[in-house]
Amino acid sequence: MRPIIRAEGLAKQYRVHGAEPTYRTLRDALSRTAGAPLRLLRRAARRPRRETVWALDGVDFSAQPGEIIGIIGRNGAGKSTMLKVLSRITEPTRGRAALYGRVSSLLEVGTGFHPELSGRENVFLNGAILGMKRAEIARKFDEIVAFSGIDKFIDTPVKWYSSGMYLRLAFSVAAHLEPEILIVDEVLAVGDAAFQKKCLNKMQSVGEGGRTVLFVSHDMNAVTRLCPRAILLDRGKVLRDGAAHEVVSAYLGTDHGASAARAWDDPALAPGNEVARLRAVRVRDEQGRVSPAVDIRRPVGLEIEFEVTEPGHALAPNFHVFNERGVNVFVTNDLDPEWRGRPRPAGIYTSTAWIPGNFLAEGTLIVGAAVSTLDPTRVHFFERDAVAFHVVDSLDGDSARGGYAGPYPGVVRPALRWTTRFEAAGTPPEVGAS
Amino acid sequence: MGTITSDNAGAINPAARAADTHAQAKPAARETPTGAARALPAEPLVTIEPRRSWAAPDLGELWAYRELLYFLAWRDVKVRYKQTALGVVWVVMQPLLMTLIFTVFLGRLARVPTGGVPYPLLVYTGLLPWTFFAAAVTQGASSIVGNSGLITKVYFPRLIIPAAAIAARLVDFAVAFAILFGMMFYFRVGLTRQAALLPALVVLLALLALGAGMLVAALNVRYRDVGVVLPVVVQLWMFVSPVLYPSSLVRAAAPRAFRLYALNPMVGVVDGFRSALLGQPLAWAPLAWAAGLIVALLACSAYVFRRVERSFADVI
Repeated sequence: MRPIIRAEGLAKQYRVHGAEPTYRTLRDALSRTAGAPLRLLRRAARRPRRETVWALDGVDFSAQPGEIIGIIGRNGAGKSTMLKVLSRITEPTRGRAALYGRVSSLLEVGTGFHPELSGRENVFLNGAILGMKRAEIARKFDEIVAFSGIDKFIDTPVKWYSSGMYLRLAFSVAAHLEPEILIVDEVLAVGDAAFQKKCLNKMQSVGEGGRTVLFVSHDMNAVTRLCPRAILLDRGKVLRDGAAHEVVSAYLGTDHGASAARAWDDPALAPGNEVARLRAVRVRDEQGRVSPAVDIRRPVGLEIEFEVTEPGHALAPNFHVFNERGVNVFVTNDLDPEWRGRPRPAGIYTSTAWIPGNFLAEGTLIVGAAVSTLDPTRVHFFERDAVAFHVVDSLDGDSARGGYAGPYPGVVRPALRWTTRFEAAGTPPEVGAS
Repeated sequence: MGTITSDNAGAINPAARAADTHAQAKPAARETPTGAARALPAEPLVTIEPRRSWAAPDLGELWAYRELLYFLAWRDVKVRYKQTALGVVWVVMQPLLMTLIFTVFLGRLARVPTGGVPYPLLVYTGLLPWTFFAAAVTQGASSIVGNSGLITKVYFPRLIIPAAAIAARLVDFAVAFAILFGMMFYFRVGLTRQAALLPALVVLLALLALGAGMLVAALNVRYRDVGVVLPVVVQLWMFVSPVLYPSSLVRAAAPRAFRLYALNPMVGVVDGFRSALLGQPLAWAPLAWAAGLIVALLACSAYVFRRVERSFADVI
């Protein structure tokens, strides 16, 4: 299929603030012009060098119709600049992008909303600003209002709205846009999540072919949830482009300075003592592949490889799993009856602890690995941040979320068995004859 | 650039991911994407690339955004009339009070010769186009900076912003016209056939305001002290235009200097309004000059504006 967006070598240069003010005064300009002949004479003397920075530095990518692409990266990586260039708010310094469809950009919720105007008036104004025709807004007006759920206050000036109502109305207008390409900034990070998801679904699913959506976010869970594909920007360049969960975990991996597998090749540098020494720690998926990202519904194996150099000790490998907030989610000890409490001969051991699916919560988990003797307690080594992995929920509906798209708290997220007893209303209680 | 191309990702079917929003959401809320993408146009609808420095304004695009122009002007009018407690009263009172004061000082005390026209009518027919022009240019100048929230968030031809600011002033202009007809009725002065020129004069005046407004708006983004200089310039401009006195006064006093005086396009325009409204003979030469100048100014301003507009979002 032909791409709907094709960007080639997009680059944008900015002058660094502070080196020179972005705007000047007429007075300066006039006095400078008046002094020009003088300056020409001593031009060689000094010429202030302009400090510049490439906010975008040659970005290539293309998007197929109907794709939803998350754009991620650190602050200053060029995400916002890329959106601004693609939505034509600012011009690229170099490069080219061809868009084969109408574009709407939502870099802010309620752009152009005026506090003095009523909800009704703002719907028309905001709709026009976002590129809708008047007739189109009029046609969709009832639908927009119904979607926002604030029909009672539609003729009240929006300055009396709560921030929630304001956002709902603004989102509703945006959700009824019908461009082929939709460019969305962080805006969706505010407001209540269920409503956001409703909007995104609406934006994506209305119409024949589905929108092409570019979605910038810092919320990695939202990106993996909403976007099948992600692009990681770094210093104005595309660092990675591919399946969202892979790109996200690559990004988070670089962020935490940890990866899904780590090996200590040099025994002299490996954690350990005269009894046992760490060789490697790995995170594996069900198929046994080393994987930085695992599906929340699937089991994940934590593997430790260690060498016993002094025989005769009863050893218990154990893992300490922490979440992003540093909360110790759980500790697990090797309970394998074959080796439990039994003195081990020297050699290399590889033990795996299987965490069941539908147990961990979404997010990054950091794994500490240790080998200890339990009685008397002695820790031979404990590598606290040995590896890390990312648990992703692709929101296919059968995870513990049950389809709910909003923030889902909890250190663990088990899918529990529920039972229900039901008594239909109006059924008279059975009166026992006995 | 050594990046991974997106072709592999194209295989992922986004339609398969239309997961339900919420446990409570109705299943019916789920739309069924057909999966069949509509045919893409052969040519890109939008091509983004660095523009040449001097480019002509894209009139077709401006036309496509005419509704936005209407909505922005409508917003300005609505907000202005809502915000001031006096609202319309102020719009009515301002020219009337000015007329009253000038009538007392210039009409009665200084006895400016009017050629038989009641002085209040003479000054009001001058103030009518002038007040619109001055307000439109001043509003136009601050419009880009004042709408920075839009400029940094949404794309549309930036020319729409000063144009809307100026268009919004047309409402006040219409109110002022209504007052004028009331005054003419009071002074028993009727319209003549010359009044047929009024629509053309209004267009000319609006274009002059647009040409000047665009230019100062563009300058104001680059040089923020334009806002300080502009009121002074506008004030001076009023005195070198036949607003408070008839241009015949200048012609009679200094026939040679009148040529220089008439270089000011507002001379032709204000005179034109006065003649058309009061049925006086029309001086075609200054008006023709003004028309030519206005077209040239408009073209120049459009080019300058287009050159500067590229950097608006970066500079504001």
